[in-house]
Amino acid sequence: MGEDGESPKINHSFLRDYVTEADVISTVEFNHTGDLLATGDKGGRVVIFQRESESKGETDELGESGEYNVYSTFQSHEPDFDYLKSLEIEEKINKIRWLPQQNAAHFLLSTNDKTIKLWKVSERDKRPEGYNLKDEEGRLKDFSTVTSLQVPILKPTDLMVEVRPRRVFANGHTYHVNSISVNSDGETYLSADDLRINVWHLGITDRSFNIVDIKPANMEDLTEVITAAEFHPQHCHMFVYSSSKGTIRLCDMRESALCDKHSKIFEEPEDPGNRSFFSEIISSVSDVKFSHSGRYLLTRDYLTVKVWDLHMEKGPVETYQVHEYLRSKLCSLYENDCIFDKFECVWNSTDSVIMTGAYNSFFRMFDRETGRGVTLEAWRESSKPRAVLRTRRVYTGGRRRRGDVGVDKDLVWA
Amino acid sequence: MSACILVFVSTVLGCHYVVRLLPLWLAGHRDRSRPAMFSKGTKRKFSDGEDEMPDDGLAGAKVASSAYSLQRQSLLDMSLIKLQLCHMLVEPNLCRSVLIANTVRQIQEEMTHDGSWQVVSDSLGVEGSPSERLVATEVLCRSPSPSSTLSEQELERDTEPRLYSLVSYDDSSCREEEVVAEVIEDDNEALCSEAASNVCLSGTMSHCWEPGELRVQQNNDDICEDSRLGSGDEDVDVEEEDEDEEEEQEMSQKESKTMGQVFGTFEIKNGSSGSESALEELFSDVDASYYDLDTMLTGMQSTPKIGPYDLLDNLGPSHGPTSIGSTANCRSDLNELDHIMEIIVGS
Repeated sequence: MGEDGESPKINHSFLRDYVTEADVISTVEFNHTGDLLATGDKGGRVVIFQRESESKGETDELGESGEYNVYSTFQSHEPDFDYLKSLEIEEKINKIRWLPQQNAAHFLLSTNDKTIKLWKVSERDKRPEGYNLKDEEGRLKDFSTVTSLQVPILKPTDLMVEVRPRRVFANGHTYHVNSISVNSDGETYLSADDLRINVWHLGITDRSFNIVDIKPANMEDLTEVITAAEFHPQHCHMFVYSSSKGTIRLCDMRESALCDKHSKIFEEPEDPGNRSFFSEIISSVSDVKFSHSGRYLLTRDYLTVKVWDLHMEKGPVETYQVHEYLRSKLCSLYENDCIFDKFECVWNSTDSVIMTGAYNSFFRMFDRETGRGVTLEAWRESSKPRAVLRTRRVYTGGRRRRGDVGVDKDLVWA
Repeated sequence: MSACILVFVSTVLGCHYVVRLLPLWLAGHRDRSRPAMFSKGTKRKFSDGEDEMPDDGLAGAKVASSAYSLQRQSLLDMSLIKLQLCHMLVEPNLCRSVLIANTVRQIQEEMTHDGSWQVVSDSLGVEGSPSERLVATEVLCRSPSPSSTLSEQELERDTEPRLYSLVSYDDSSCREEEVVAEVIEDDNEALCSEAASNVCLSGTMSHCWEPGELRVQQNNDDICEDSRLGSGDEDVDVEEEDEDEEEEQEMSQKESKTMGQVFGTFEIKNGSSGSESALEELFSDVDASYYDLDTMLTGMQSTPKIGPYDLLDNLGPSHGPTSIGSTANCRSDLNELDHIMEIIVGS
């Protein structure tokens, strides 16, 4: 699994006894302040972590602590069965999105393939005591014993985190939901499946508006599916969606009720020199994210991440190679289905650095100002708080240094 | 994937010609240099050939391009298997299906453009003339008891044009026979019948993909009846020169049917009642003798993971859950088939 000669061989087998398929994490999302981190797994559970706040003087200088502790766990989705199609509906959480915080409680949306749910996460650290009609255990008092009236007072108790489902947005999608995105208006959100995009109001569960429908009249003519969608961070009328053909469409909801006709289409012309039977598959966009500024788009396809300027449709302004060494292995990757894997991409808070995942627990970060990229390994053994992650290098030719990871042996077939 | 498993999968799904191409595909897989060549587009195909073998000139380029065609064919086969397999999963991933289907279309377009449908049959390197295999195919497809005498007559007369249409209609059926021949060498005629009935699967792949699985064998047998009768009447005048075009057309028809089936079932599952009644109509004039054959071979249906040689071991009277009557029927069928296989194998 990519371990080099330097590190001792770690025996991971004991972990396998405790970690099941249902524990595999399928999505992660920070809230807007970064204090809370929500993770969804294949078993339909959501685990929320909270950043540990330390009030020591030294830590304040360095910034926030890097440790997160479990804050709350709840079962978001249960396995379901579609009786009409005789198909199981997986409870795996596909996406989690936090709502902007408006009061003491936190709200998040979580979705599996078919159903979106709104959860309220609230804390309770006080409880009222001293009721007149009930005793401490909650039983009704004998009224003859009540001789005086008292005002109940709030007493501090141990912190309790309550998570309650507030809305269930069901039956809106025929195909598998791949994205949800909360609108900047704070009232609506979109959910996208393979062929349609719906807009919901957060308060209304029995109705949604379909704004994009790319399903052809004859399913035999289907050649393109929607892979991701997102609302613009500032303009509540604009959203983008990406397709399996490598195009990104920007739509304006003010133009028409059904946004099948895009306002802008972002597409890079194919490079004829690199053309192969796999060109279309590797051009399929797996994730699209607006920058925080709202000016740029970040897209991830199989081998690259690209930054697009919303003002320029004819091609990306920046392209970063994530794992170019896989280009010569496309046939094998097609054979073992790895070529269909989807990776996510993300901006940092200042839009100066972009990050995306890769194989073998590697992830790549690119500094947009310098154009340089670094490969880091999310290695379990070095996971102390604030530990500097090891940078890794993939050997693709030239002088091989110690610690380099070989493509064939370690990366592709591992 | 081991060869054994692929054989069975192919038998069931009717994608039988893959069996012959498996060695090439695996060879390509293990040889690291090949994928690089494979990923180059059409434009550079001939220049690559020339670069590699400058001295041989045209001959070198030809060898390189035929290797490219072989790899392209193996990619096509791989894609078709993926399409069919992914359709059998509980939750088919629409994005993946669409991408694979587009790849298949792309290959098909390029092959059509090259006019290289010939390569498909050439690369198989099959023994025997086409007509022999086709005759066997048709006979094996036919219901044993009522037309047992008819089969011999058909063998004698020249039915080549008609049989040719059968090939184009179910493209893989003639290759289906390859495995049947291999199996026969192991002296098990019962499996031959089983494979024969499965041959018919290839014609109308749709019925493999009905929700709920590998359909009961009888349906497939009946479909074969239907398709054979239908295509025979229409395409009597097919000539050899039109082979390429016909095959392309049929291939594209079959593929559009394939695409339709792949994506259609995303829809079909909602309105399955309609398709059920259509199937009922198709099977209304079924020949009952197939049911007997079917019950005898029921044992195989329940153990889909076994490779072909294991199947051979399991097929014996002790495992057959049937009555004496059906066994007698099978015996006569088996004698018939024995005779036919002798002709094919040329023993």
